[in-house]
Parts: sequence; structure tokens; C-alpha cells
Amino acid sequence: MKKGFFRKMLVIMNKELLVYFTTPIAYIVFSVFLLSTGFYFFILSPFFFFGQAEMREFFHALPAIFSIAVPAVTMRLFSEEKHTGSMEILMTLPVTNWDVIMGKFLAATAFTSVMLIPTFVYVLTVVLVGSLDPGPVVGGYLGAVFLAAAFSAVGVLSSSISRNQIVVFIIGVAICITLTLIDYFLFFLPVKLVNFFQHLGVNYHFRNIARGIIDSRDIIYFLSVIALAVMGTEKILSNRSTAQ
Amino acid sequence: MISVSNLTKKYGDFTAVNNISFTIRKGEITGLLGPNGAGKTTTLRMLTGYLAPTSGTVNVGDYRIDEQPLEVKRVIGYLPESVPIYGDMLVFDYLKFVHDLREMEGDGRLREIAALCGIGEIMHKSVGELSKGYRQRVGLAHALIHDPEILILDEPTSGLDPNQIVEIRNIIKEIGKKKTVILSTHILPEVEATCERVIIINKGDIVQDGRVGQMMSSFGNESVISVSVTGPAYEELASVLGAVAGVKSVKRGDAPAGQVAAELRVPGDAEVRPEIFRLCVQKGWVLYEMKKESFALENIFRELTLGGVQ
Repeated sequence: MKKGFFRKMLVIMNKELLVYFTTPIAYIVFSVFLLSTGFYFFILSPFFFFGQAEMREFFHALPAIFSIAVPAVTMRLFSEEKHTGSMEILMTLPVTNWDVIMGKFLAATAFTSVMLIPTFVYVLTVVLVGSLDPGPVVGGYLGAVFLAAAFSAVGVLSSSISRNQIVVFIIGVAICITLTLIDYFLFFLPVKLVNFFQHLGVNYHFRNIARGIIDSRDIIYFLSVIALAVMGTEKILSNRSTAQ
Repeated sequence: MISVSNLTKKYGDFTAVNNISFTIRKGEITGLLGPNGAGKTTTLRMLTGYLAPTSGTVNVGDYRIDEQPLEVKRVIGYLPESVPIYGDMLVFDYLKFVHDLREMEGDGRLREIAALCGIGEIMHKSVGELSKGYRQRVGLAHALIHDPEILILDEPTSGLDPNQIVEIRNIIKEIGKKKTVILSTHILPEVEATCERVIIINKGDIVQDGRVGQMMSSFGNESVISVSVTGPAYEELASVLGAVAGVKSVKRGDAPAGQVAAELRVPGDAEVRPEIFRLCVQKGWVLYEMKKESFALENIFRELTLGGVQ
């Protein structure tokens, strides 16, 4: 039975990946993602001014760029199924809500992680032009995968809310941007609260990992975001009978 | 095989399905008949586990659908009304996806089902580009791929052309020899042509449930005999035929140019055709056509569901 659980989840993941790589939307997001990270890496960094190459600007900008790119990738996952009615076909096959949610979540995480692969060119540039400190780069990419997973989970959750993809996209971006920007608004808050809110945002934890320090607290933070979002999605899916 | 008891579905204040109960035995083709909005689709959605009922239970085989939904879903093949299959995929990829989710091995069954549903030619086309008829067949292949014990079809012939309707009906009949089939429809001839048993629902209630043949004989069974001849004017024809013993009423029928036609309503057990033939010979009229049709089911349907759609 347990084997079946994972098998169905993987079948759903494969199907979602297949659709990602055969439809244009994914490639558009892919291109925009690379354009904007490239902009940060080459234009906003000291690359042309001082002939220095470093990964810091790229990783610095990543949470904000992912806040928009990831919801664009995930927005169709459930809302398209609801819109076309294929949800009815999917849910009357012998699958559980968890098979479906985890399959879609893993597909989105895999796809957004794959988006990172072409950015290895930046690493190569740094190796060629400057000196590479491997710790932060490895940490940065590890953090980026956690970030992609957390935002994918948030995207899956928002996708289950509405059948309208635009609404879903906006909700997804709003949640991700909020998680990213909490850091920048901390100076409004009384000092006692700063610590608490800082820990709520993704930036704080992402930067910790991107410094090359793998702390279990940061990992737990990302896993908690994923767990909350995924459980929320399950709640919404199992309520569909009353929501319609 | 399937037993439904006191099934109710409410959407807010609106009651879509109101406390219905029925059992379906193995190997029956059952038609769920009703006007649009009667609750057919909602009922089927509860049978397939897509919707949770407000109250009541559905048992499929030995399983309760709310307790062991996966077991139930394994034995059911279901095709929703609008055939909402994934448009972004190739037919082959789509069927393979369903095949894998149903935990089936090998690709022998995929070939078999492609042949059965006549979709071998289009396996490498995108689902979104298919014509309505092929789409329906892919939907049928989706529902049949695991050779299910129970096949549930929501308006399987809607939107198809007459040839395709006949094809799909033949496939359903063929499957119905061995399997349990439930299909919903608002088309009466479909029930007469394919089903052994019919459940008529209206506004969420079961208003009639029985064998098609039985229902026809138990209700005020009436037939219509249409006659077309050349010779007399319609008035003369009507007055002569109206006088035949057993004829309840006469009205003008459609006839090709040059002929006159009349439609006679007679009780189901009365046989008036020999008399009509004798009269035609006697008067020297040329008889082009005479046929008897049973309108029982239509009468039943109208009587039971009148005012059902407003």
C-alpha cells in the first residue's frame, strides 16, 4: 500500500512536469526569471564597474524574483483543473488528496529548482573573473531550493483557492512578497517585536543558509511553511463538496 | 452491486437531491432519466465519490464510499458529462497517465482499449485538438481502461452526431452485457434503445423506478399509428379512420406532396391496422405507409416531470 502511495504521487508529478515542459507558460517564466537574475548579476553588481564578479547580488535578489516567478509557475496547478472540470476526472480516479497535492507540489518544486540550473553560468563567471568562495554559493543554492519549495507550497495553496488563475497568481504573489519583505519593514516595529517578525520572514532564514551556515532552525522554518501550506490545501480540497 | 439509501445533497437552501434510495443489481443497464436540472449529475457525482452527500449512504459492492473511497473508485469507471480531460496532453500520454494511476502494468491494455474505442489513429494527437466525437471516445477509453465492474456515464451522447450516437450506444450495450452500467440522459429514445431499467428523477426526487417494458405496460400505454395515402382529402380520411373502433383521436400528420397523412391515437392493446387496410382497399385509396409507434415512455415522462424545468 505504501508503495502505491508514492507511485501515484510520482505519476502525478511526472504528468505535471510533462505539461510544464510542453506548454509555453513555463518557458516564458523561465526566460523572465533568467533575464531578471541576469540583470541583478551583471548590471546591479560591480561586474562592469569594477570588473568584480560575485554571487551576492544574485542571491540577494532571489527571494523577490521568486516571489513573482514561483506563483506564475504554480498558478495553474489546481485552478486550471477547477476551471476546465478535470478535477472531477482526477478525483474520481483512485487517488487521495495527498497524492494529488504532493505530486503537484513536488512538480512545482522540481520545475523551479530546474530554473536555477542555467544560473550556474554566473558561478562559472565568478570562477573565471574573480575568486569563488564555495561555502556561500553551495549554501545559496541549497537555500534557493528550500525557498523554491516553500514558495511552491504557498503557490499550490493559493491555486486551490479559486478557479481564476489571475486571482490565484495575485494571492500567491501577495503571500510570497509579504514573507520576503517583512524584513524591510522591521524598523516600524517596537524593538521587542522585531525579533519575532524577523523570524517570520523568508529573507532572514534564506540569508542564514546563503551565508553557508546550515542551521536546523532555518531548515525547520522552511519545512514549517511547506507543511502549513500543504495542510491548508488539503483542508480546502476536502471541503470541495460544500464549497461548490 | 450499488445501493443508495436516503441520499440527500443540499447546496445552501437548495436541495439538489432529496432523500433518494435505490439499488442496482450486477449486470443491469440503468438509465437515470430526468429533465435538465433534475439532479442527475449530482447523484452520479455522489455515486463516484466526487461529492460528499449532505446525508445518506452509498454502498458499492462491500464498501461504503465515505469509508473506503479508494476501493470504490477502483471498481468504477466514470465519464463526466463535458468530458473534461486534459487538453494539454497527447491522447497516449493521457491514457498512460490514467493507466498508471490505476496501478496497471505493461502496455497491452492500452493497445486493447485503443482498438475497442477506435482511437488507435489519434493516439499521438493532442487531446485539445480532437473533434467532439473522438474526445468522447477518449473519455470512454479513460472510463474503461481498467475494465471496471461498474461504468457510470453522464450524458454520454450529448453533442454527438447521429452516427456517433449509434456507435456509442452500441459500445455501451456491448459493455452492458457483462458489466453494470448507469447512464444519465434527458433523451427518451436513448433509454428505450439502451436501458433495461429506468429511474426517472425530477427536482431531486425519484418519481418512477422500474423496468422499461413494465413501465410501459403499467402506465396508460398508448400507441400512435401514422397512415399516409393518396386518394381522399384529409377531412375525408380523418372522418373515415376516426370512425374505426378503438381510435381515440385523429390529427393531421406530415406527408410528402401529393399524399395525405393522419396520426391516430389508439390504446396499446387495440389492433386497428387490418381494419384500416380493409377500408383503404374498399375506398380504392393507395396506402403508402402505415406504422405503429409506442409513445408510452414519453407520456410517462411528461406526466411525471411536467413543470420540472421552469
